[in-house]
Amino acid sequence: MPRTWGWVKSVVKAIPDGLQALGGWAVNSVWRLGLESRFLWATLIHSGTSFRRFGLITREIYFVGVYSLIIIIVSGLFVGFVLGLQGYNTLQKYASEQALGLLVALSLVRELGPVVTALLFAGRAGTAITAEIGLMKATEQLSAMEMMAVDPIARVVAPRFWAGVISMPLLAAIFSIVGVFGGYIVGVVLIGVDEGAFWAQMQAGVDVFDDVLNGAIKSLVFGVTVTLTALFEGYDCNPTAEGVSRATTRTVVISSLAVLALDFVLTAFMLGGW
Amino acid sequence: MGSKTLDLWAGVFVFAGIVALFMLAFKVGNLSSFSLSSDNYVLYANFENIGGLKVRAPVKSAGVVVGRVAEIRFDNKDYVARVTLSLENRYQFPKDTFASILTSGLLGDQYVGLDAGGDSEILQAGETIKKTQSAIVLEKLIGQFLFNKAEGDKK
Repeated sequence: MPRTWGWVKSVVKAIPDGLQALGGWAVNSVWRLGLESRFLWATLIHSGTSFRRFGLITREIYFVGVYSLIIIIVSGLFVGFVLGLQGYNTLQKYASEQALGLLVALSLVRELGPVVTALLFAGRAGTAITAEIGLMKATEQLSAMEMMAVDPIARVVAPRFWAGVISMPLLAAIFSIVGVFGGYIVGVVLIGVDEGAFWAQMQAGVDVFDDVLNGAIKSLVFGVTVTLTALFEGYDCNPTAEGVSRATTRTVVISSLAVLALDFVLTAFMLGGW
Repeated sequence: MGSKTLDLWAGVFVFAGIVALFMLAFKVGNLSSFSLSSDNYVLYANFENIGGLKVRAPVKSAGVVVGRVAEIRFDNKDYVARVTLSLENRYQFPKDTFASILTSGLLGDQYVGLDAGGDSEILQAGETIKKTQSAIVLEKLIGQFLFNKAEGDKK
């Protein structure tokens, strides 16, 4: 049977190529990780300028934070609505719909606030950063800066990095608070869960340190992750139209995956008992 | 856009974020429209055991919410829990009203139930409800049951 043979042969032939590609991919990933770490180090070292001229950071906070506000607020509101509705439907089966406030607040403060905000932030602000820096590279603005003895890392990268790191926890907090109000509107105003129990159970169950502070820490870590990925992909992209578009896509994919994976690790740490 | 307006908006954003953080830190609280406003009057009730009663739990009479638990303190003289009830002005109760701590549903929250008596005099603001019944503590109930059972077996 010559046909079967041919098929097996081609598979056997493909194995070394596949292994080589896999090895190349692994080495390349580790290499990029090292490059990214060095990039982070360089950014931190060269942050002095942006803190001396704080106007640079303020400007970037405007572009990164203020522009993301609308999407964050609207998403938070609807996530809160859905949590209120779903939570009520399930809790009602156990006749404990008064715990709705607690459920909504804990889900938002612990998980959904930081994670969903980070994902939206990657899509809204991260892509903008990557595209902007990628285009600066493609049009050789970064090289021009170097020619004028202006360090592009200090002048372009560091302010954006700190703006992202500052904005992310604030955006996550706004998301959570708006979400709690969304849950309140659906649960108390529309469905008619007891208002006192809604707030009282929430206040009794949400701990400032265990829940709110841990959520803030999470959002800070996600802020570093997303902003760093966006900056690195932009700074590292191929200086062509296609390269910029690829870098933008990679920003969303990599930072989303990193956020979700980190979320699991951080949650395991914070809950302890592992 | 001038750099002044830009700074202003960035400032507004940071301010909003910090306000949100503070609201989260203070547990989204104190937003309830139900507070100790002038439309309410205060009654006190001493309980031997309040179980899991929480501040701002509802006060119900015949199943209708007539007020809120405003404060829970431990009375170190009589070793009882002193519960402050804030009731709406339009609901008045006679002097021999019976206050008990009840549970809504099997797993639900605890609330204070008021059963009106037949007295012609009305409880004035600041007075203490004399007749109260503590929350049912399951462990005590089981202990009592076992004790009774053992007593019965002896006879």
